[in-house]
Amino acid sequence: MADRPIAVEQHNPALKHHFVDMEQQREASSLGMWLFLATEIMFFGGMFCAYLIYRYWYFPDFAAASSSLDITLGTANTAVLICSSLTVVMAVRAAQLGKRQQQVVYLALTLVLGLAFLGIKGIEWTSKFKEHHIPGPTFNFEASLPGHPDQPVDQHHAQLFFSLYFAMTGMHALHMIIGVAIFTYLLYRAWKGAYTPEYHTPLENSGLYWHFVDIVWIYLFPLLYLIDRKK
Amino acid sequence: MSEPIVPTITNVAVWLTLLVLTGVTAGVAFIDLGPFNTVVALVIATVKALLVVLIFMHVKYTSEKLVKVVVISAIFFLALLLGLSLADYTTRLLM
Repeated sequence: MADRPIAVEQHNPALKHHFVDMEQQREASSLGMWLFLATEIMFFGGMFCAYLIYRYWYFPDFAAASSSLDITLGTANTAVLICSSLTVVMAVRAAQLGKRQQQVVYLALTLVLGLAFLGIKGIEWTSKFKEHHIPGPTFNFEASLPGHPDQPVDQHHAQLFFSLYFAMTGMHALHMIIGVAIFTYLLYRAWKGAYTPEYHTPLENSGLYWHFVDIVWIYLFPLLYLIDRKK
Repeated sequence: MSEPIVPTITNVAVWLTLLVLTGVTAGVAFIDLGPFNTVVALVIATVKALLVVLIFMHVKYTSEKLVKVVVISAIFFLALLLGLSLADYTTRLLM
């Protein structure tokens, strides 16, 4: 029984055997991430729905509570996330072009911006804590309705706004923390040269996740911070 | 290969547009447009979201039709949730 050489097709080591080729694997992977993002849209959507209904019911109280948020920090954070989305896109592009050094730089920048966002969030929440705007036994929101200095804000309605504020920005911040963890891992892998023009799927899909979290904030910012700033 | 490579100039243009729109959103909040303040803010937010989805997330450039189906479906169901809920609550008479 002579040994005959078995023909083995050369394929990218990252190709799993239940896929025909890298392209199909990449498309399936991308579709999977998009389906997950669809579930995330429904997840955040539920909270947005609750927020919109209560805002409709208690608009003046919500407007007063919203005005106590720091609009400068909120706008700054929006800009930080937008910049981080650019660095993510550029990191993926660098992988498509096979540039390892560039990938590492852009991923590192993304991490810095993500941490900056969380830092600013921490500052905002700390000031909320000091002003007794965190829902619970110590909650106290001293203000009058916008345009009506003689009418005080309803404490229950104001507390509702802040419950929604902390729930939504808290859930968003949790997603940011998870994103930072993922991108730390990606940075390490990219530095090791794991991502090539033929295979950079983890980078692409994590990028999709990051952009999604950015989009959630794009909607959170005007809805929470800019209810009524006219007065 | 796989996804087309988006030119840097496009990415930078989108980034700058997003930043400008953010500034506009914040600025317009201080101008009295009555109920249209909310409308303007949400329209601008939607434009920003569209830019991110179509260009940064490559939905405009993908040849994979299923991705577009998933995105549109998700938005449709969200619209259903928000639309029908608000249609209910905002058309009630509160005593």
